[in-house]
Amino acid sequence: MGQGSEVLGGQTRMSLPQSLAQKLIARAAGLESVAVGDIVTCQVDLAMFHDSSGPRRLKPLLEELGAKIWDKSKVVLVMDHYVPERDEAARKIVKIARDWAREQNLPHVYDSQGICHVVVPQRGHIQPGMFCVGGDSHSPTGGAFGAYMFGIGSTEMLGVVVTGKIWLRVPQTIAMNWSGHLSAGVCAKDMMLALIARFGMNGANYQAVEFNGSAVKALSMQERMTLCNMSAELGAQTGLIAADSTTRQWLKSSGSSSDFSSDPDSFNTEHHFDANELSPQLAAPHSPAHGVPIAEHTATRIDVAYIGACTGAKLDDLRFAAQVLHGKKIASGVQLLVAPASLQDLAGAKTEGILQSLLDAGATLLPSACGACAGYGSSFADSQTVISTTARNFKGRMGPASTQVYLASSYTVAASALRGYITDPREVMA
Amino acid sequence: MTDKQSWHKIWHVGDDVDTDALAPGAYMQYGVDVIAQHCLGNILPDFARNVKPGDIIVAGRNFGIGSSREQAVAALRHLGVAAVIAPSYGGLFFRNAFNLGLLLVTCPDTTLLQNQELLGHVSIGLEVDFYPEKHIKTAPIPDFLLDLIRAGGLINQLKQTLDTHTLN
Repeated sequence: MGQGSEVLGGQTRMSLPQSLAQKLIARAAGLESVAVGDIVTCQVDLAMFHDSSGPRRLKPLLEELGAKIWDKSKVVLVMDHYVPERDEAARKIVKIARDWAREQNLPHVYDSQGICHVVVPQRGHIQPGMFCVGGDSHSPTGGAFGAYMFGIGSTEMLGVVVTGKIWLRVPQTIAMNWSGHLSAGVCAKDMMLALIARFGMNGANYQAVEFNGSAVKALSMQERMTLCNMSAELGAQTGLIAADSTTRQWLKSSGSSSDFSSDPDSFNTEHHFDANELSPQLAAPHSPAHGVPIAEHTATRIDVAYIGACTGAKLDDLRFAAQVLHGKKIASGVQLLVAPASLQDLAGAKTEGILQSLLDAGATLLPSACGACAGYGSSFADSQTVISTTARNFKGRMGPASTQVYLASSYTVAASALRGYITDPREVMA
Repeated sequence: MTDKQSWHKIWHVGDDVDTDALAPGAYMQYGVDVIAQHCLGNILPDFARNVKPGDIIVAGRNFGIGSSREQAVAALRHLGVAAVIAPSYGGLFFRNAFNLGLLLVTCPDTTLLQNQELLGHVSIGLEVDFYPEKHIKTAPIPDFLLDLIRAGGLINQLKQTLDTHTLN
């Protein structure tokens, strides 16, 4: 149990240093400070859900309870999992979401605009200091903005939607300090694959992870989102990065008193890594934690190179792929599929000429939606070997159990598409 | 507990059983009755067909890692699984389980439970007994989580709360 803020003899003892996670939770719980291990109830500032986790489950349950949404202005609905609708079952699920959004007169609905974890911050719904929940496991993505955000299931979302509150056990904070700077051809995805290989898929044991150090400070906002997004694969409840000038610039805000950061000595565990030493990473089938050296897999031929998902198809990821592929052609027999994470990212890629570079190289453009990553229908064929920018390569997730999915950055996926076998991107980048 | 009838089968699975193994994505568009037929299909092909209400799963580390989809829990509940015993769980799966009324017992060392002939029983008091008898060390479960199980999950608990509010 924690130390810190308990009342002794009627006097509040001076609090111990508070981590960013503790400060965010304390604010949402209406407390001065919180101690690790405390169970507290927090007021939710934002509840985000999508067509799969949201209306199809919430609508009947709300009706059964005879309850109403606690505050519609704090709810965001994104249609991304079953769009575009492939069949009757998908049409039914998406129709429920659309009808319910109209019926409830929801003010914040993004239909077929891209993947929730990317669309919601792009539309300005996540600000530093907020306490947010999402009906999806990659919800920690919002932590990149100095907000506390984590994923929950549909029933728990029902509880939030009815009461506006949720309980939480105050987590420890595990600091991941990255000194130095990333080399060319290495990016945030590689940092996460390295961490997951080292600590395992439940290595963070549902505690909070905070990313720090010069290599993190130097990252763009979207790259920071990749770090926090894949905190899910580390088994963290959330992944956090304190808001700074990069955050404020991206949000076009001038900062506020809610731009919290961790006090010195507030971390329960600290790990140190040198970004200069990091090389492109690869996770072999069937686990994101199954890290293997690329050099040992250069004989692995691929059928499909997939650049998609909230994890790996944001504008920055598309830029990395275009850096590798500009003016070149992918290997014959290889399919390069590109599903930009949002329409905004797609528009950016068009403006910058990146999309054209990718199409000229032989890419096929897919809709901006969860697509093959969720495995909810549009997935890969039997026995295909796929290299993918997505977050999970569980057996049977993105295709039949025989589908072999490797995970890597968009640099590595693009380089592999170019050669037709798994390739270290530094070999093909001039 | 001498009556053989009240003892249930224990199903054994290894480490890192993920949510996609419990509720495969390809069936996520369907109801829990369909998803449940494919629960653990890639790991224990006969599980969904042969599991009986009251049966228990003894798992390795990190049971339920991965997605937030609570169908992973709902499928086990639908099949009548009474409890899961494992050294650790995916954090999201852990919350979902109690919200849907599935008892998760955290047991740092499940070595004693590896016997394939072992039978188990979950009592009304939410204690797990074994035949032949075993004493295992388990981590305590906070009262408010046990209350969720007793209520039959968060929805039932919300119903009770909303009813009380209406009456007041």
